[in-house]
Amino acid sequence: MKKARPNRELKMDVRGKSKIVANGILSSNPVFRLVLGMCPTLAISTSAFNGLGMGVAATVVLVCSNALVSLLRKVIPDKVRIPAYVLIIATFVTLVEMLLRKFVPALYDALGIYLPLIVVNCIILARAEAFASTNKVGDSVLDGLGMGLGFTLALVLLGVIREFLGSGTFFVGSFGEAEFGLTLGSLPDYSMSVFVLPAGGFLTLGLVMAAINALSDKAAAKRDAKHEEEGKMIDERVREHVEGELAALQSAEAEGAGASEADAAVRNGGDGAGEDEK
Amino acid sequence: MKNLRVSSSPHITSPATTQRIMLDVIIALCPAVLAMVLLYGFYPLFLTVLSVSSAVFCEWVFNIITKRTQTTRDLSAVVTGIILALNLPPVVPFYVPIVGAAFAIIVVKMLFGGIGRNFANPAITARIFLMLAWTGVMTQFVLPVDLSDGANLFAYFRQGVEISLPDAITTATPLQGVKEAISSGTDPSAGLSALDMFLGRIGGSAGEVSTLAVLIGGVYLAVRRVIDVKIPVLYIGSTALFTAIFFADSGYVGEYVWTYLLGGGLMFGAFFMATDYATSPKTPVAVVIYGLGLGFLTVVIRKYGTMNEGVSFAILLMNIVTPLLEKIKRKPFGTPHKDVKELAAAVRAKFAKKQTAVEEGGERVE
Repeated sequence: MKKARPNRELKMDVRGKSKIVANGILSSNPVFRLVLGMCPTLAISTSAFNGLGMGVAATVVLVCSNALVSLLRKVIPDKVRIPAYVLIIATFVTLVEMLLRKFVPALYDALGIYLPLIVVNCIILARAEAFASTNKVGDSVLDGLGMGLGFTLALVLLGVIREFLGSGTFFVGSFGEAEFGLTLGSLPDYSMSVFVLPAGGFLTLGLVMAAINALSDKAAAKRDAKHEEEGKMIDERVREHVEGELAALQSAEAEGAGASEADAAVRNGGDGAGEDEK
Repeated sequence: MKNLRVSSSPHITSPATTQRIMLDVIIALCPAVLAMVLLYGFYPLFLTVLSVSSAVFCEWVFNIITKRTQTTRDLSAVVTGIILALNLPPVVPFYVPIVGAAFAIIVVKMLFGGIGRNFANPAITARIFLMLAWTGVMTQFVLPVDLSDGANLFAYFRQGVEISLPDAITTATPLQGVKEAISSGTDPSAGLSALDMFLGRIGGSAGEVSTLAVLIGGVYLAVRRVIDVKIPVLYIGSTALFTAIFFADSGYVGEYVWTYLLGGGLMFGAFFMATDYATSPKTPVAVVIYGLGLGFLTVVIRKYGTMNEGVSFAILLMNIVTPLLEKIKRKPFGTPHKDVKELAAAVRAKFAKKQTAVEEGGERVE
């Protein structure tokens, strides 16, 4: 009995932890749901590789800053918390910037001003303020991971669409010496350059967001319908049960009444009262 | 008593239906389509058919997918398709009008709620989208063909899928020449003939080159009272006015004015696109600002912008500010006057004066 309890707690915990991660990816995706960090999203998602690079850089900063903010949450005075957060975030951004410059110079050039601007990325600041400053270290790291993954996925999704339509290629990029990506025949000649321009960024983001909203609305409607169905079933069962109980009660009563009637009939020798009751 | 019908208001209705209005617009577009065929042969007509089919098909499919009532019968998609095709250069690959019409109908019109709810003119927005998407294709223009040789009717079909046309058949548009004249300070009308520009014997967008054909259609629309004639008149007038102002010190004011009026898509835009019901203002003050703004933006973009033509951007920008313009001078009925306190004070002072006059016993002549 005593052994089973910690086991169950652990199980609950895993579910809770995975929920924290999934929250950032799906139900409160920073780009499609919270609509945060629009500036890097629109500017960087011109190609899938750029989107991935930006996403990973932001994720690293997010996880590290969330962890440190969470560790220091009881030390940082309330009044100066925002400058403190910015300082922590800026430290990690500088580290990431140096690393990218050394190992992925092409990406460093492509990200340009948006890399140092991660310091003021509202997703990172928002998670530090909304989550890390009030939660334990482990949870904060997981939250940073979930949010970062959600941001990365959104950027890559937008990047793939915009790169395919705007340049006619798929995931072109280079890491160190290695170059990868697909150029699809003569498709680049027919590509619609509007999709790598800012206008195309807004267009793609709007359309993807609309599609996601439509899908989630549909899912919600389905869920509601299912709930209603279940509710009806439960109602039905309850009704059946109640009716059954009532019937049982009535028959018991009737039996009781019949019995008492019989008693009365026997006692009175008449039948007027019995007929009235029927 | 059986003949008495009870119904709620409105009791007086206009016989005009969306379908009838759109049919009028299609009739008004016929001269431009005819001019297009006479100038460039059958290829642009083929593009028009593709554009219209794509527009109607997209609206039909969108309505089915989103389970809305079918609206393709109101002909507005047909009008959008024709206007978009007339806005394109005469020789573009066949997929350009298909994608453009799909964008116009799905993104600009249906996603915002369908006819009457679009924030901007679908055809003009699709044209700008195509301009940004395939800039090279959308900026190469051809000269009208000589139709005395019947084979020329089918000219350009071979180039239908080419991304870039051979240099031999591309030409500069009048506005390109004017743009060069702005930077070099020479006579903008050099080498241009006003008659050619009026009839359409120049390089330009398929349906916009012939000012004559566009004017015939525009007058038809104005006579049928389909469009608010104030908008095109104000637009064209203010374009002339602002051209004169902006080029006042160039030494060629007259030349700039007539090349700007006859070149590009000004006439077509003024009559067929700036007057779109859903995206143009209705109140008098707003209409005036709308017309002046269109002319101002067109001239500014043509003179200072990197592109030769500014009509489409001007119309799109003014479409977007239309809801704001309509708020000007529109108060709910019964709203107290802004200076009502001052007015009351003035009235009180007047009465007080009268009172003192009476008290003083002065003679009053009524």
